[in-house]
Amino acid sequence: MTIAPERDQRRSRPLNRMTRPSAAQSDRPPPGHPGPAAVRCRGVTKTYGQGNSAVRALRGVDLDVRTGELLMLVGPSGCGKTTLISVVAGVLDRDGGECEVLGSDFARLSAGERAAFRARNVGFVFQAFNLIPTLTIAENVAVPLLIAGRPRRQSLDAAKEMLARVGLGDRVNDEPRRLSGGQQQRVAISRALVHAPRLIVCDEPTSALDHATGQRVMELLRSVAARGDLSLVVVTHDQRIFEFADRIAEMDDGHIVRVVDGEGRATAAHSAEGGK
Amino acid sequence: MFTIALRMLTRDRGKYFGILMGVTLASLVIIYQGSIFVGLMSRTYAVISDMGDPDIWVMDEKVSFIDDTKPLLDTALNRVRGVDGVAWAMPLYKGVLRARMPDGSVQNCNVFGIDDATLTGGPPAMVEGRVEDLWRADAVIVDKVGAETRLAKPNPAGGPPVPLAVGDTLELNDRRAVVVGISSNTRSFQSQPTVYTTYTRAMQFAPRERRMLSFVVVKAGDGADIGALCARIRERTGLAAYPRDRFKWKTVMYFVENTGIPINFGIAVILGFVIGTIITGFMFYSFTADNLRYFGTLKAMGASDGRLTAMIILQAFVVSFIGFGLGCGLAAFLGTQAAKNSPLAFRIVWQVLFLAGCATLVIGVLSAMLSMIRVIRLEPAVVFKS
Repeated sequence: MTIAPERDQRRSRPLNRMTRPSAAQSDRPPPGHPGPAAVRCRGVTKTYGQGNSAVRALRGVDLDVRTGELLMLVGPSGCGKTTLISVVAGVLDRDGGECEVLGSDFARLSAGERAAFRARNVGFVFQAFNLIPTLTIAENVAVPLLIAGRPRRQSLDAAKEMLARVGLGDRVNDEPRRLSGGQQQRVAISRALVHAPRLIVCDEPTSALDHATGQRVMELLRSVAARGDLSLVVVTHDQRIFEFADRIAEMDDGHIVRVVDGEGRATAAHSAEGGK
Repeated sequence: MFTIALRMLTRDRGKYFGILMGVTLASLVIIYQGSIFVGLMSRTYAVISDMGDPDIWVMDEKVSFIDDTKPLLDTALNRVRGVDGVAWAMPLYKGVLRARMPDGSVQNCNVFGIDDATLTGGPPAMVEGRVEDLWRADAVIVDKVGAETRLAKPNPAGGPPVPLAVGDTLELNDRRAVVVGISSNTRSFQSQPTVYTTYTRAMQFAPRERRMLSFVVVKAGDGADIGALCARIRERTGLAAYPRDRFKWKTVMYFVENTGIPINFGIAVILGFVIGTIITGFMFYSFTADNLRYFGTLKAMGASDGRLTAMIILQAFVVSFIGFGLGCGLAAFLGTQAAKNSPLAFRIVWQVLFLAGCATLVIGVLSAMLSMIRVIRLEPAVVFKS
């Protein structure tokens, strides 16, 4: 199967006029469906620094991410989006509150257990791609499998297969610098998917890309999110990709101020209390 | 993951060669200087090495090293011969005498007087002539280096000096000596020409003293315990007796303890180590710092601190190993080339390689430690910072 990106002519829409993508693109539970929560955060707080220089990045965030949905976190710079996905992905310790990810609470896990959990369950897509420049793209994609302890040969074969699915099967031995930004992001998405994680966190996946390329990358993410047990949390500023979201959580000043579904309606899983 | 670590290291060519250069430079300096030191120290006991046959050297108990002769009474020879377990014992004269050249110039020479009958203790190898030619009247054998350099004759045509040759004569302490052979010897520490003659003739060349016998060289009987035989000789004669290797070591230790040579070479070795550590450490740290984003990415994706540390250790080990190999090769090549046509003392022994290897490993470990600390302290959340 090839998950080749298709050009999409949909126009980006403002947050309050969102419509969800066509049903053909997804066999996930419909938005607002009270399915099992992949991520469940309550009253999460995080402060950087101490004393007068302390910055309260998260001020009691409540957030649910359902299994099989693509949730976008939006908001102005410095509002706490990146801190929140860092906590959700288990790469940053929260100060307070509760946060359960795929049934596990990172606060109860040791550093080694957290690393092992991430290796099994979490995929990452970064704004700057973070592909290791001295590795071929196949090697880059194989990294999560190698971390998980899979043999090198098997890992590379799986990586090549994944790259073929995103339309880069003929570039497996190229170095990342030989690829365009969009191709690099597709490699990064392949890397995030190759070990079949249950949660993918994406930090500004389209901000380094032009509009058309960004659209194609989101179509790719959208199509992979169609896998029923995979949840995506996408941090973005880019209004042009809001249309790909099942739900959009808007953050401001360390709170989630509202959550809307693809139709622009406040959802039942709204976490407005996080904005108290 | 280890393959990934090696790819990260070797495909960043600039940094990789920089790190290798640091390690190579350090091991080159350490091995080169260490080998010159060993070469110099080997020359201090060149006489003992060249005189292959004797198992034991007997001397005055106050003697500190091979050139520190304190003559014995001639009767010492027979006393040693009378000790159980001695297969044979021969006299050896060792002294420094002035040789007067045909043009009137004077040159100090190391003169060895060896047993007249057996010629035991003679030159290790002959380039021209035979050792037996020492039985001819006024005969001496001169070492090749001495014959070509310090004992060389002025060239009447004004060109380079003419090497002393078989048939030439010189004066040793105002007595005529005829060159009957040219020997090949290990260079000595002082680089003075070496002259061999018979013991009796050496007594005539040397200024007469009551005691003339410098050493008694001894061959142990078949199956004799060398250590026990030395103890018996000491007990029966009151003289010091050392196995050959022990006497070499005693000579080396004299130079180590009483000269500035070890300090000078030690400083060079330490400088090589420090400079190598600084260069390697800086380059390796810089390599890690450049890759910190990627180490953070690996960490975020679930690579444990232990695994990342192992990757860094592997990288450090690989550059240390390759750098050490390059340093060894370069040192051996440069040293042997330089020693070919010069008096440079250069001798690579496994102990020097072992120490240099350890030093290189320490350099690698020190360099890696800085990087490991940086990576262990790295918050994986750094990957989300643009």
